[in-house]
Parts: sequence; structure tokens; C-alpha cells
Amino acid sequence: MKKTFSIGGVHPDDSKIAAGSKIEVLPLPKTVYISMIQHLGAPAKAVVAPGDRVRTGQVIGEPTGFISAYVHSSVTGTVKSVGLRKDLNGIPVVHVEIEVEPDEWMDGIDTTDTLVTDIPEDRQFILDRIKNNGVVGLGGATFPTHVKLCPPPDKKAECLILNGAECEPYLTSDYRIMLEKSEQIVVGAAIMKKVLGVSRAVIGIEENKPEAIAKMTETVSRLQSSAKGYDGIEVMTLKKKYPQGGEKQLIDAVMHRQVKSMGLPIDVGAVVQNVATSLAVYDAVQKNMPLISNTLTVTGNCLPADRQKNYMFRIGYPLSYIAEYNGGVPEAAAKIVSGGPMMGKAISNLDAATQKGSSSLLYLTEEQTARKSESNCIRCGKCAEACPMGLEPFLLNKLARNGMLEELEQNAVQDCIECGCCLYSCPANIPLLDMIRVAKGEVIRAMRARTAPKK
Amino acid sequence: MTTTIIWTIVAVTLLGLLLAVVLFLVAKKFKVEEDPRIDEVEKVMPGANCGGCGFAGCRAFAQACVNAPNLDNNFCPVGGNEVMKKVAAVLGMEVKEKAPMVAVVRCNGTCENRPKTNVYDGYRSCKVMAALYTGDTGCAYGCLGCGDCVAACQFGAISMDPETGLPVVDEEKCTGCGACAKACPKKVIELRNKGPKGRRVFVSCVNMEKGAAARKACKVACIGCGKCEKECPFGAITVEHNVAYIDFNKCKLCRKCVVVCPTGAIHDVNFPTPAPKPKPAAAPAKPAEPKAEAAAAPVSKPAPAKTEPAKPENKEE
Repeated sequence: MKKTFSIGGVHPDDSKIAAGSKIEVLPLPKTVYISMIQHLGAPAKAVVAPGDRVRTGQVIGEPTGFISAYVHSSVTGTVKSVGLRKDLNGIPVVHVEIEVEPDEWMDGIDTTDTLVTDIPEDRQFILDRIKNNGVVGLGGATFPTHVKLCPPPDKKAECLILNGAECEPYLTSDYRIMLEKSEQIVVGAAIMKKVLGVSRAVIGIEENKPEAIAKMTETVSRLQSSAKGYDGIEVMTLKKKYPQGGEKQLIDAVMHRQVKSMGLPIDVGAVVQNVATSLAVYDAVQKNMPLISNTLTVTGNCLPADRQKNYMFRIGYPLSYIAEYNGGVPEAAAKIVSGGPMMGKAISNLDAATQKGSSSLLYLTEEQTARKSESNCIRCGKCAEACPMGLEPFLLNKLARNGMLEELEQNAVQDCIECGCCLYSCPANIPLLDMIRVAKGEVIRAMRARTAPKK
Repeated sequence: MTTTIIWTIVAVTLLGLLLAVVLFLVAKKFKVEEDPRIDEVEKVMPGANCGGCGFAGCRAFAQACVNAPNLDNNFCPVGGNEVMKKVAAVLGMEVKEKAPMVAVVRCNGTCENRPKTNVYDGYRSCKVMAALYTGDTGCAYGCLGCGDCVAACQFGAISMDPETGLPVVDEEKCTGCGACAKACPKKVIELRNKGPKGRRVFVSCVNMEKGAAARKACKVACIGCGKCEKECPFGAITVEHNVAYIDFNKCKLCRKCVVVCPTGAIHDVNFPTPAPKPKPAAAPAKPAEPKAEAAAAPVSKPAPAKTEPAKPENKEE
């Protein structure tokens, strides 16, 4: 019996068109723009000035708070400017502009391909490497990994879950790294397992990726027989259902435990990391390589088959550069989305630069993206059935439109994970998520304001 | 049969009388003492229950007025000075005159001035749009044009101009309650002094980007050049975060700033004549003498700049 989460969920067509395309390394562009906000939490502070020469892997942004992360230069070259530049959503953010020269890596970074399977003994050494190399969660939220790996002393981690579900349609970058870099991912898992002091680590992969499941299972058993520290790692096949890759859904699927409202995974003894994060942890700890690159899928139904690609990019490449390298934006594309079609965001500014967490350039056609006209709610309850958090989106929508914040809080709008299942399943095309997302923000702000003075 | 009916009537009547007495006694015993002046104050209120005063409706405001030591912090924007005078008379207190306020839309980013850079096809609400991204133009600060302010106005004083895509305030109907200002996620709408005969000068831009970037996004953006700040003889203008702001308490409506503004971001409304042009002349440009028949003209718009049709550069959202 394959496992999955217990309530809600939808089954969109997975459209993994780019699954067969091997990861290609993008050539260096002329200029890169490295954002200082590539993680959740406080923005990094730029520590270089125009005219400075930086080498690949050099720190150019320092964290400014507990939840913050280092930012490294992804290229060698001269800093041209440090200033505001618009990000994906058009919001001005401090970027460091660097004119690119041929690579000259910082000392101490191992750029070879040799696989290092011996896991360091010192826990603090591992954590320092993860922190100093700016590793953040690559599953979407870009939460600093070193913070996640240090649970508060009163909470005890029991199980590490690696998220290889990749439940969003179209995206194939996680799938490709599981096929091409499976050893590194497993070593990364073993490193995190060691840091957390847990005996069990589960790599959850959805059933629509049988090659990845076979490859990962084989890699795990090979490493278990050849090196120490790999016991307790297992690959688990999950049923295909969106949003399986949601943190709370994955915990439910793997451990059959539910995280309470406003709770954290650690409350039920779980720590969830994406497979791409695991790869970044491997690079950071075993190779001392900062997180300056990631994999990104360029895909869409309107893109010719030979242009469906998975690219290895470095942070700071302008999206327009990637689109051009791929052969330009197809004419039929009406919308370009960063992230998957369910949770991704439309890009309003293609000049924006890639970030640590960039996962895709998805071209959607007018037909796929056009909003259908909204009609009245007939109380069919499809949204409530689809909600993986057990909420009632139709009710939340009503309350949100009337600005009833107290009732919204009582009906747990703050637990919404913004997966979009309600919007996907609504036969009346009501923009449920749009309303709920705004209400959720307001409620969480009100809750924070209420609890803040008490501390 | 008849006796049953009679007995029933008698029993019910007696029961009714008994309960009436009980209710009377209970009402006497547990009577909530309420200041009778609250009712009186409520009577003179406009009864709009708009919340513009900061209280939950007119009765709550009346209660607050009765409990307050003075009326300095309480003001009904809908009723204005007249109502406040009446309230003061009821309570036997002094009230300071407050200048009437009006909602002012501080954005002139029409389709011509501020070309669209992408198409927003999501739910038509400024709040939703602002939560998603910076908007469908190059300006991250200006009006989003979905009309949340129109929906918020209880008095029908704001409407969207279909040509410009910007909200227009009807000064006659606007009570200055501030509901629109609260509804605007971009804080484009501000409550400003209505001014003598409705005459006022304000900066019609809130773009905090540097001059070049602001100008690139919108032809009539304030570029924060500071010319108006230097020109103002009353120190009413401050330029902060690359955008000028006119303090309406200090502004004497001389309109020198309107003339020097290189982008036409400073607007003057309801003046009978255009702002005095001759700036180099030694004689200080006097504020145009108000003519007798200064009928409140609709908000004057600066001459629309010539522009080629807006070309959507990117096709997203």
C-alpha cells in the first residue's frame, strides 16, 4: 500500500515534459545581478563596494539576523554597482552587479567531481559549514537550513524526511538531480541525519518517478554496504497526489502524524528537507562549496520538444538570459511562471535575476492561464474536500470579503498553505485563494501584534 | 366549553400580570445607569455610522464624547464643525474649529503618463493585487486602479474614471471620513485640508524611487529634484525618499512650486486662473486674487503629455 496524506488533495495532470532532458550547465553571462534577499528572514547586507574584485565563492552578503543567510558571489569579476534592482515581482531589492570574467575559485573550495562519502564527526563543524556556505531550503520557502537543523533543546527530532515528491506539475529539476546526483543527495541526507542525531531518514518520492525511486534505492543500498553512517536511510514510494510535497502533508504521509495549527514539524519530531537542499548540504560540507547554483526547468506545452530543458544555473543570471539561451520566449506564451503552475508566481519582470530557490521558467498559453468568469458559490463543497489542511475555503472566502478577521482566525485561515487546491477544484471559478491569501496575511499580522507585547 | 375559555383567559391574564410585575421589579433593580446625554448627543450626530471618527458608529462616538474631559481628540468628519458645535452645546464644552478635510488621490499615473508593462488578469482588487506584486506598470508605488477605494466609500464620492483608470473624488459628496485612505493598500489617497474655497496644492505622486527610475515609469512622477522645496517661501515642502510632500498646514497656496515643478507632479485645484507663470520677474508672484464667482471647478488636470500607445513589454500576470 503506497502512502499519502490523509485529507484533501487534487490530481492535476503532471505534464513532466522535460523529465527526459539531462541537466545542462549554462554558460556564464556577461553580467550577473546577485540579490541580497535570497532567503526567508532578514535581508543580507552587501559587504562589497563598486570596483571591488570578487572571486567565485567569495562572501558578498552577510546575514543580519538569526534567521538570515550568507550570500556568495557566483562568478569572478568586478563589482560594477550595489543598488536597487527590481526582483521577480517588481519590488526593488539590493542587488550586487558583477561583470563576469573567467572563473577563479576561492581557496578551500573543492571543485572536483570526486564523491566524498566519509561523514565528518564534528557536529559543529558540519553546522558551521552549512551556515557559512549560505545553504537555504530549496523546496520553495528558502528557509536557512542551519536554523532548521538546530531544533530548540526541548524538542527532539525523530525522523528526517527528504522531500523528493516534486508534486508540482511540469517541474523536473528534483527528478533530474535524483537521477544524476543520487550519491550526493544520499550523503547529504546522512550528514543531516548525523547533525539531528536521528536514526531514521526517509526519502519520499512519488510513484510517477519510478526511475528516480529505483536509482535512489540502489544508491542507498550501495552506500550502506560500502560506508559507515548510512544506516536507517530508506526510500519510500508515495502515491501521486498534489500537494504531497507540502511539509505537513509529507509528514502525514510518511509518519502518519499531524502538525497542529500554527505548529512546526519539529513538534511531531520531524524535519523535512528538499532533495535539492540535501545536495547543497553535500556540496557545502564535503566540498566547502557555497550555495551558488541550482537546477531549473525550462518547460511548457508551447515550447518545442527539443527546447524542454533542465539547466544548472548560478545565482544572479538574469531570467531573460536563460530564456534567450533557450531560444527566446515562445510566441504562444501568455504568461511566464516561476515555480510550478499550482503555487508558482507569474513573472512581471523578466530582467529579474535567478536566486538560490529559482526552480523553473514555465511558459503557459493564453488558454491555460486565462481566468474563467466567476459565478456564484453553489455550496458543492468541492473546495472543502480538496483542502489538504481541512479548511473550508468557501467560508473563508465569504469571511475574507467581509473583512471578518476574528471569524477568519476561528476558522483557521492562518493554516492555509496556499497550495491552490480550492481554486483548482472550484466549478464556479471563484478566486478563493486570492481572497484567502490576503486574509491570511492580515490574520497572521494581527496574531503577531497580539502576542508580541507579552514576550 | 365556555367555562374552559373563561378560565384560560383568566389564567393567562393573571400570569401576564404577575410576570409584568416581576419584570418591572427586575428592571428597577438591575437598571443600567446610562448618561442621558449620550442619547442627546447621538441625536445630533449624522447617523452615518461610517467609523470615520475612529469609533464603532455614532453611538460609540457619543459615548466617548460624554466620557471625555474635552472634545479635542474627538471629531466627526462627516458632520464637521457644525455637528461638533451642537455636540459641544449639549455637553456644555468648548470645541475648536477644525478645517474640513477631503480625500486626495496622489497619483496621476494615467495610461498615457504611465505605460503598462504587463497585464494583470487576477482578481480585480487592489488588496489582492498588492499582495501579489507591484502592479501592472513600472511604478511600484502608484494607484493600482482596481477601485478598492470606490467600494469602501459609503457616500458614493469616489468613482473610477474609465479613461485614466484613476479614482476621482467628488468634493461635494466627500465627507473626509478616510475610509478610502484606509482601503488603499498603496496609501495613495490622503486626507488633506479642503482649503479656502476648495483651493489646495498637493504633490500628485508617491513614487519613492530615484528620479530617473521614477520618470522612466511615469512621465508625471515626482523625481525628488527639490526645486519646490527651495522655492517654497513658507517651508511647507519637504523632499524625503525622493518624493516631495506639501504640509497643508503650512502651505499658503502661493503656487510657486506648481510653476517650478519640472514634471508637473504638483497639482493646484479649484483656482480660477492657472498658476502665475512669470517666475524670473522681480515682483513676487502673488497668489491669484480669488474672483467672486470662484465656482468650485472640477479637479483640474494638467495637459496630457503626448505619448505613443502603451506597449506591453512583458506579457505576464
